[in-house]
Amino acid sequence: IVGVFFFHLSTHETPPVNQNISTILAAPSSDLSSILSDRVTSRWFLLRWISRRTNSNHISTATISAMPPPAASSRYPSPSQPSGKSEVTDLKSQLRQLAGSRAPGVDDSKRDLFKKVISYMTIGIDVSSVFGEMVMCSATSDIVLKKMCYLYVGNYAKGNPDLSLLTINFLQRDCKDEDPMIRGLALRSLCSLRVPNLVEYLLGPLGSGLKDNNSYVRTIAVTGVLKLYHISASTCIDAEFPATLKSLMLHDSDAQVVANCLAALQEIWSLEASHSEEACREKESLLSKPLIYYFLNRIKEFNEWAQCLILELAVKYVPSDSNDIFDIMNLLEDRLQHANGAVVLATVKVFLQLTLSMTDVHQQVYERIKSPLLTLVSSGSPEQSYAILSHLHLLVVRAPFIFASDYKHFYCQYNEPSYVKKLKLEMLTAIANESNTYEIVTELCEYAANVDIEIARESIRAVGKIALQQYDVNAIVDRLLQFLEMEKDYVTAETLVLVKDLLRKHPQWSHDCISVVGGISSKNIQEPKAKAALIWMLGEYAQDMSDAPYILENLIENWEEEHSAEVRLHLLTAAMKCFFKRAPETQKALGIALAAGIADFHQDVHDRALFYYRVLQYDVHVAERVVSPPQQAVSAFADTQSSEIKDRIFDEFNSLSVIYQKPSYIFTDKEHRGPFEFSDELGSTSITPEVSSDIVPAQQFEANDKDLLLSTDEKDDNKGLSSNNGSAYTAPYESSNISSQMQELAISGPAASATTTQSSFDFDDLLGLGLSTAPAPTPSPPLLKLNARAALDPRAFQQKWRQLPISLSQEYSVNPQGIAALTVPQSLIKHMQSHSIHCIASGGQSPNFKFFFFAQKEAEPLDYLTECIINSSSAKAQIKVKADEQSTSQAFATVFETALSKFGMP
Amino acid sequence: MMISQLFVLSQRGDNIVFRDYRAEVPKGSTETFFRKVKFWKEDGNAEAPPIFNVDGVNYFHVKVVGLYFVATTRVNVSPSLVLELLQRIARVIKDYLGVLNEDSFRKNFLLVYELLDEVIDFGYVQTTSTEVLKSYVFNEPILIAPARLQPIDPAAIFTQGAKRMPGTAVTKSVLANDPGGRRREEIFVDIIEKISVTFSSNGYILTSEIDGTIQMKSYLSGNPEIRLALNEDLNIGRGGGGVSVYDYRSSSGSGVILDDCNFHESVRLDSFDSDRTLSLVPPDGEFPVMNYRMTQEFRPPFHVNTLIEEAGRLKAEVIIKIRAEFPSDIIANTIAVQMPLPNYTCRASFELEHDAVGQKTDFKESSKMLEWSLKKIVGGAEHTLRAKLTFSQEFHGNITKEAGPVSMTFTIPMYNVSKLQVKYLQIAKKSSSYNPYRWVRYVTQANSYVARI
Repeated sequence: IVGVFFFHLSTHETPPVNQNISTILAAPSSDLSSILSDRVTSRWFLLRWISRRTNSNHISTATISAMPPPAASSRYPSPSQPSGKSEVTDLKSQLRQLAGSRAPGVDDSKRDLFKKVISYMTIGIDVSSVFGEMVMCSATSDIVLKKMCYLYVGNYAKGNPDLSLLTINFLQRDCKDEDPMIRGLALRSLCSLRVPNLVEYLLGPLGSGLKDNNSYVRTIAVTGVLKLYHISASTCIDAEFPATLKSLMLHDSDAQVVANCLAALQEIWSLEASHSEEACREKESLLSKPLIYYFLNRIKEFNEWAQCLILELAVKYVPSDSNDIFDIMNLLEDRLQHANGAVVLATVKVFLQLTLSMTDVHQQVYERIKSPLLTLVSSGSPEQSYAILSHLHLLVVRAPFIFASDYKHFYCQYNEPSYVKKLKLEMLTAIANESNTYEIVTELCEYAANVDIEIARESIRAVGKIALQQYDVNAIVDRLLQFLEMEKDYVTAETLVLVKDLLRKHPQWSHDCISVVGGISSKNIQEPKAKAALIWMLGEYAQDMSDAPYILENLIENWEEEHSAEVRLHLLTAAMKCFFKRAPETQKALGIALAAGIADFHQDVHDRALFYYRVLQYDVHVAERVVSPPQQAVSAFADTQSSEIKDRIFDEFNSLSVIYQKPSYIFTDKEHRGPFEFSDELGSTSITPEVSSDIVPAQQFEANDKDLLLSTDEKDDNKGLSSNNGSAYTAPYESSNISSQMQELAISGPAASATTTQSSFDFDDLLGLGLSTAPAPTPSPPLLKLNARAALDPRAFQQKWRQLPISLSQEYSVNPQGIAALTVPQSLIKHMQSHSIHCIASGGQSPNFKFFFFAQKEAEPLDYLTECIINSSSAKAQIKVKADEQSTSQAFATVFETALSKFGMP
Repeated sequence: MMISQLFVLSQRGDNIVFRDYRAEVPKGSTETFFRKVKFWKEDGNAEAPPIFNVDGVNYFHVKVVGLYFVATTRVNVSPSLVLELLQRIARVIKDYLGVLNEDSFRKNFLLVYELLDEVIDFGYVQTTSTEVLKSYVFNEPILIAPARLQPIDPAAIFTQGAKRMPGTAVTKSVLANDPGGRRREEIFVDIIEKISVTFSSNGYILTSEIDGTIQMKSYLSGNPEIRLALNEDLNIGRGGGGVSVYDYRSSSGSGVILDDCNFHESVRLDSFDSDRTLSLVPPDGEFPVMNYRMTQEFRPPFHVNTLIEEAGRLKAEVIIKIRAEFPSDIIANTIAVQMPLPNYTCRASFELEHDAVGQKTDFKESSKMLEWSLKKIVGGAEHTLRAKLTFSQEFHGNITKEAGPVSMTFTIPMYNVSKLQVKYLQIAKKSSSYNPYRWVRYVTQANSYVARI
């Protein structure tokens, strides 16, 4: 009844009155009627009238008690959110009556009313207008009432800063209660008010909360400090709370207090680090060896969630030598047997990161973690399995051979949700090799008859991808052709697309395929992609398919009914190709196609038809060379994901990046990058120059990676076909081609660089990093002299970049000072310019910066183009050089490296 | 970490509880979430994945008894952590409410708020221990009678991966007292095994796996220490290699060989290597003591034989035979057999055995699904179903490619295929008269039990 009533009200009674009501509230003592304007009065009375009617008919205090939150009926598809104004008004007056009462049993009545207020709040009815009454009723010793009141106040204080002042009093009083529970709860509520001008009231209670002898109060106070920091950072810093937290973290006996200190300090210091050197140092100190061992040695005292926090911290620790690495791994070994998947994955990340430089141990880690991860996949809910499986997916794609014998674990079970099945299909595709392909393809073929059509399609695509990555495709081709015999529309459609791709890579199979494809009636194929594939084959293999011209003619005659421009484009091209091979039979159809194409409303179709027409007019032989050159097998299909991106995702193991299969900068904004932002700035600074020689330099383990399992290059060439089917997420997908990258980067031409130079210089100076204005000291004369005044416009750069081959690709370590100076891309741009290396475009945020540089040989118009990616967390710079004069590119790289190595040096 | 909001929605999308911890996510997140989940794909078939991103907000959800437990954040957090947490929160709430469903949830939403306040503070997890939370909960649970308990979705137990049996789960709140104000001293240990088997069309076992859990629910007062002894011939570790802590024993030997297992954090393994005993002080509430996975060959409890044959131009016949391969003192219950029929099937008539009791058959026209359910099957028994199909059009090619596979669900109480056993359950004695009730129960369930044709 209530729901229906709300609906009724909200459709007829929409103008907001809350504001007026709260004005009234602000002066609780004054006479109501004297404040009310006429307009408000009339509405007020209207509401009163309705609510009284409701009151007498349906709701009395007695019946409220048993009432659960009202279910807003049929929220979907047209959510008609009840406004519930009359109910709220009604509650308000009832609360008012109880406010001053000391009658026995009044707490029970209050409980019922409070419960109703909270239940409205939950379903989204705005009950902020009873704020004053709630506060007035809060004078009670009943803890259930208190808690409801705290919950309410926390929810609405921000929107009612003036009224919030009313709550300060009773909250401050409760902060001194003798019951630690009340002290804690009140302190939590006090810190959750989120009202900036009330922060002064927080300092006292927080200070004593941190010293409270009860650990519950201390845990709340520690988080309270973090809350205060978010309301007013300066107040928090000025009160020196971070220092107090640091000392608590090191000395408190309660594990949760310690864990909260760690969480709070991580957050505060990484936010402060951008403008305070001291915070940078403090943040760095969290990763010192003694502190890491302090946490790791007592990790079992913490609950599983805090263990995750500690493990996340340990990931960023840079071990001093291999003993250090093994100590940590031995310490954490039993965490891999934990039933909580989050603990296991966090531990796995530590193991993977620690062993990056030790190829064989790294591989052993893969072997070791396989079994625990598989157990987690099968022991949790489908959702938990999915999270673990996504990480296994990442590992499988990185090191397929390690999982090759475990392929049966990735077979789909019939009752699994489709998001799990999809992942498994991708994994099966990745691990297929000579030894298991037969079994895997047999299994996949079973899924092609699956009731779930989407999965059936994915399975067929998987078979196709496996076919494309194998050398011996004989058996697979047979299976694919069998699909065509199933005579299911979607199976045929998917198969045609695959057969087309297969023929592009392995033209030698054309004979078998064409004879089967020729038997398919084009009438049965509706999906544009499949139709396009069939038409492509008709054009490409016109000489082998006797009725190709006639099928094409048929399709061309129905030009008007063909809705897909893609199909029409293919039709034009196929008609052309067919014409060159079998002119007499195709001439008529081609004429119709060109006429229809030129008249087509779709710009691309029109243009292509016109182009074909003109080039035919010019010279038929030229046209043939252009449109139907000799067939060339495609050796590899473009990868949609560069190995660079894959490595980024691997670095962000145990995060959403793995789930979305995208690096975090694509789907998060900077301030929410979480632990990674933290790691980025921190990881780098902790690599101190005096690192012992046991550490393998970054460059070297990169080389090792290529030998073993870290390289992602192999097999990837076929992934391009998948066209990123999983891109259901709304985060923009980063295309890997150069032109779009260029667009994403801020183009800073020579003209623009002057201003950026200026500003970055100021900034650097502020940090006291001492980039001198004078030109950098002349380096020891390099072999190659560069033109200090060279210029190139971005467009020309882009064109050149596309044309030239990569002549050199290298990786350098960037010194810690350089990383520290690289807070914004501009600082490096300015620096490189002083070495006659000019920036064309730059972009990115910490930790990944990307630059395009340009330099010119002195006295000769020979250009060097450089793409430079700097990861400030790994302190690595990867460069790719393209040069007009290949022979001197190494010399240029040396100049570049020298210049880079001086970055950040005074 | 840093969770921004946590809310629970009903199947229809109503908020049952809603808690905002960090005020970072704009209003309307519950509607955004629900819309996205409801209309994940235009065709409505594909389920929304448990994690997705809309306008920079990451939504995590798990479905428990038809309710959506949702967390939002803008931070790039550990996905496992949030999903584990949501699942754990559901379990903690169940510990307090006794029965978890929409009704009990709505009645006790204030209690749930009390829990949520303590579980997370400013986005950071504080505790999920049912026991620790006890001191912070002041609302009395409003219990609903277990008799009224109607699981929202009977199939939920299989699709949700919940590891408990309907009917035998303990439905008592950790706060509840028995009539007379005394708590009954008792402890429940359930060995639950979910088995997955795929048979090839000629009856061979293609894959088989047991996913087991030893689940405990303790109502013992005073937290006594417990020792749980497993089979002495239990071996762990098979396949794999390298840096495992486990020693490798020959898999040819007799005994139970687990591929791998993991343990609840309260479990101490001091004497596990020597005598296969786990010791622990069980916390309040329900929790898995140990999860294990086993691919060692075992005898599947049911053998399924399916035949589909053309019988004329527009007709075909299906024969499904199931044989129970377990001892006759064991009885399986709630058996359901499903088989997708060719798309152009328009009618199916069934023929059961003459003495069939408690069996039902159905043909679901819309999904073209043959369904056969049996109340119980006694060990050693064999049952047959014959179905005559009528087609709306002539079929081409191979009819076996158009139908199947046959899948089965079942529950077999007091039976476990792995032979893993709890040899004894020892409770540290407080006094000579202290003798709590101990319940050790075994159950085997089908997870994915499929026979191809």
